[in-house]
Amino acid sequence: MEALWLIPLLPLLGFVTLLVTEGRLPAVLVAMIGAGSVGLAALAAAPVTLDFLQQGPGTVFAQPLWVWIDVAGFSPDITLYLDGLSLAMVWVITGVGFLIHLYATGYMAGDPGYSRFFAYMNLFVFAMLMLVLADDLLVLYLGWEGVGLCSYLLIGFFHDEPANGYAARKAFVVTRVGDTAMALGLFLLFRELGTLDIQSVLSAATTTWPDGSTTVTVAALLILGGAVGKSAQLPLQTWLPDAMAGPTPVSALIHAATMVTAGVYLVARVHDLFLLSPLAQSALIGVGLATLFMAACAALVQRDIKRILAYSTMSQIGYMFFALGVGAWSAAVFHLMTHAFFKALLFLSAGSVILALHHEQDIFRMGGLWRRLPLPFAGMLVGAAALAALPFTSGFYSKDAILLASAAAPGGLWLWAAASLAALVTALYSARLIFVVFFGPPGSAAGPDDGSNNAMRGPLVVLSLLALGGGWFGLAPPAAVLPDGGVSHGHGGWLAWVTGAVPLLGVGLGYLLFYRWRERTAALVSGAAAQTLRRFWQAGWGFDWLYARLFEQPFTALARLNRRDVVDVPFVLTAALLRIGHQLAADGQNGRLRWYLANMAAGLALLLIIVLGAA
Amino acid sequence: MNAVSIPLEHVMALAATLFLIGLAGVLVRRNLIFLLMSLEIMMNACGLAFIAAGARWGAADGQIMYMLILALAAAEVAVALGLLLQLERRLGSLDIDAASELRG
Amino acid sequence: MELILFYVAGTVALIATVLAVTRSNAAHGLIYLIVSLLAVAVIFFVLGAPFAAALEVVIYAGAIMVLFVFVVMMLNLGQRRAAAERAWLAPRNWIGPSLLALVLLLELTYIIFTSSAVSAGQVVGPKEVGLALFGPYLLAVELAALLLLAALVGAYHLGRRYMPSRRRGEETP
Repeated sequence: MEALWLIPLLPLLGFVTLLVTEGRLPAVLVAMIGAGSVGLAALAAAPVTLDFLQQGPGTVFAQPLWVWIDVAGFSPDITLYLDGLSLAMVWVITGVGFLIHLYATGYMAGDPGYSRFFAYMNLFVFAMLMLVLADDLLVLYLGWEGVGLCSYLLIGFFHDEPANGYAARKAFVVTRVGDTAMALGLFLLFRELGTLDIQSVLSAATTTWPDGSTTVTVAALLILGGAVGKSAQLPLQTWLPDAMAGPTPVSALIHAATMVTAGVYLVARVHDLFLLSPLAQSALIGVGLATLFMAACAALVQRDIKRILAYSTMSQIGYMFFALGVGAWSAAVFHLMTHAFFKALLFLSAGSVILALHHEQDIFRMGGLWRRLPLPFAGMLVGAAALAALPFTSGFYSKDAILLASAAAPGGLWLWAAASLAALVTALYSARLIFVVFFGPPGSAAGPDDGSNNAMRGPLVVLSLLALGGGWFGLAPPAAVLPDGGVSHGHGGWLAWVTGAVPLLGVGLGYLLFYRWRERTAALVSGAAAQTLRRFWQAGWGFDWLYARLFEQPFTALARLNRRDVVDVPFVLTAALLRIGHQLAADGQNGRLRWYLANMAAGLALLLIIVLGAA
Repeated sequence: MNAVSIPLEHVMALAATLFLIGLAGVLVRRNLIFLLMSLEIMMNACGLAFIAAGARWGAADGQIMYMLILALAAAEVAVALGLLLQLERRLGSLDIDAASELRG
Repeated sequence: MELILFYVAGTVALIATVLAVTRSNAAHGLIYLIVSLLAVAVIFFVLGAPFAAALEVVIYAGAIMVLFVFVVMMLNLGQRRAAAERAWLAPRNWIGPSLLALVLLLELTYIIFTSSAVSAGQVVGPKEVGLALFGPYLLAVELAALLLLAALVGAYHLGRRYMPSRRRGEETP
């Protein structure tokens, strides 16, 4: 337990070291510091975990570090708080994070910004760890903002290309909208409850507010707003596909395994607030389901391999939100873990493919790669299988847990049907991904030249094992924290059988549509209506277009209207008036005697009028 | 001759009018000579006012003041005409607007 | 009878003054001014100040105005500059100052006519004036003499000849 503070400290030290040495260190050293700090943090987590498990699943470790602010009535302190939920998150962050860092040492080799990359990545890991280890909502917000910053820095990592900067800014601004909602939620909580300490907030909330009261609903919805922004759910999801402009390890770490799951973590952490508000829970279900569907359909028609994975992430997080809404808290966190495994695996494998094909990302230019790139193929196969929730993969256990829990909820059968339909589409696009990229005739891309080294191969192997076997992890630690007491394996009945069969159906359908009867599929979708639908889905259901019309254009029109800046008027006017006054005064000093005399006479006349008027 | 009682307001009014005609002349005329002439008119009008005031009380004080004004006028005219000659030589004209180097 | 004399002299003074100010020939203006001064001298007489009247004629009209005439003759102002002077007297030049003077005139007359008094109607002769000068106003006489001395020196200096090299428009050393 004493080593708890080492866990966030080590990545922070890595960041500071790399920041201070500014690229002057040799690459090997940079790699060691960059990946090593996260690895050491994972190592430091080991004794803490053993300690934790010894004391039983309901344990809580709290390590107060110092008091952050101490102002009248408000004194948040930096305390590291470890319970089952944050323990699971710590392992995801440090474990999967270390594997991704290791992969990145090979992937980013030769890049001039090598040191900068690892500095940012370490900062990100630090911020994310602070987020999950926070005992106080304000410290959580610190981590929240920190990951947002790192996301911006890393998306725009290749800053020579203006489009990358735009994508980074877009990500930052859209998540900012969510962050503002969250901040408002924090303000509300503080005003009503007088504290931001998480445990105090949760207990005070249950005692202060009745079920379904407006205040708690508003607070929960505001916090949901923050989660929606960070996790790229409807309506703040537009930034995630564009965030693929960053390097692939970044997409793997931030936009698949960790940062985007921060929203899920937040909701799970303050679950009591949501339990008090049925409206917020319905909102969770609505947001989750809508995003789930929308993203799955969009993933089905994308051409860029990373964009497929991005929409897939969006969709899977929709699953998690959906699970949180129906009350399957543990299932959501379980799915978070397994998703981290297989999504990171998918991204890293895709990275290997992209690198081997000399940065080709269009899947229709790929094909027949299964023989030439065996390890990436295996990785993607395992990952896609887990994504589609084929039986006995980790994804199977977590997703089925969610689906079965949804069936048990009120109005459940409809929810289950919708979620299952989305699962079908998920399996469909996963199959599409595999079949188009790895089978069929070779595409027009150059290569493949497998330039990956062991640093890149190792993580793929480990992640494949985790993606396959991760379903058998005991989930006791988070279960002790969450209100639904753990994932129940094995529901009986026809429902479980159908749920298990849906992915198989999807994969089979995918095989037929995208491999066997490729040409017929192409002919089918070449009609005008189908093409319009395809374009609509490919553009992410037109949200970018909508937001441009709704927000960007009115704003830029207003800015253009205010080009002369109406606020400047008092200042400009003052200057102009002074200038005019000066000119008048200067003209009055024209050196002419008669003019001066006339002024004197006029002054005298005025004076006499005043005197006579007063008298 | 015998002096009679003349209503003082009328004399004062006359003095005021003469004074203001002089003032108008100073303001209107550009030629330096006329300017100085108008100045003399103004001073004369002041003298008239003083004499009238003295006549009101039947005292010599008014006339004495008038004499001082006269001395002043003489001194001023002497110096002013000297200046006028110098100015004419330097500026080439008697336009008072030409002597505006103290502008700005 | 003296009252009528006063009004007549006053009218003459007014008219002559107006004419003096508005002439374009400098010499004509001076002549009119002399007439005005003489008229004012008559008014002095009527008011019972013969000494002042004499002084007005002798010094004011006789010396100061003659000085003016000398300068006018020296600078040859008169016929040559008549046209230019008329141009300078265009209406837009005298409307403003005249209005200003009118306003002041109205104010002054208002002030003057709020009180009423009459002159004492007695003659204050030279003897009384002399007694006053050598009595209470002795210092004033000395000061006036000092002033005239200063004016004398000043006028002498200002009237000096120029060095041959100096031309129009150059700075004085």
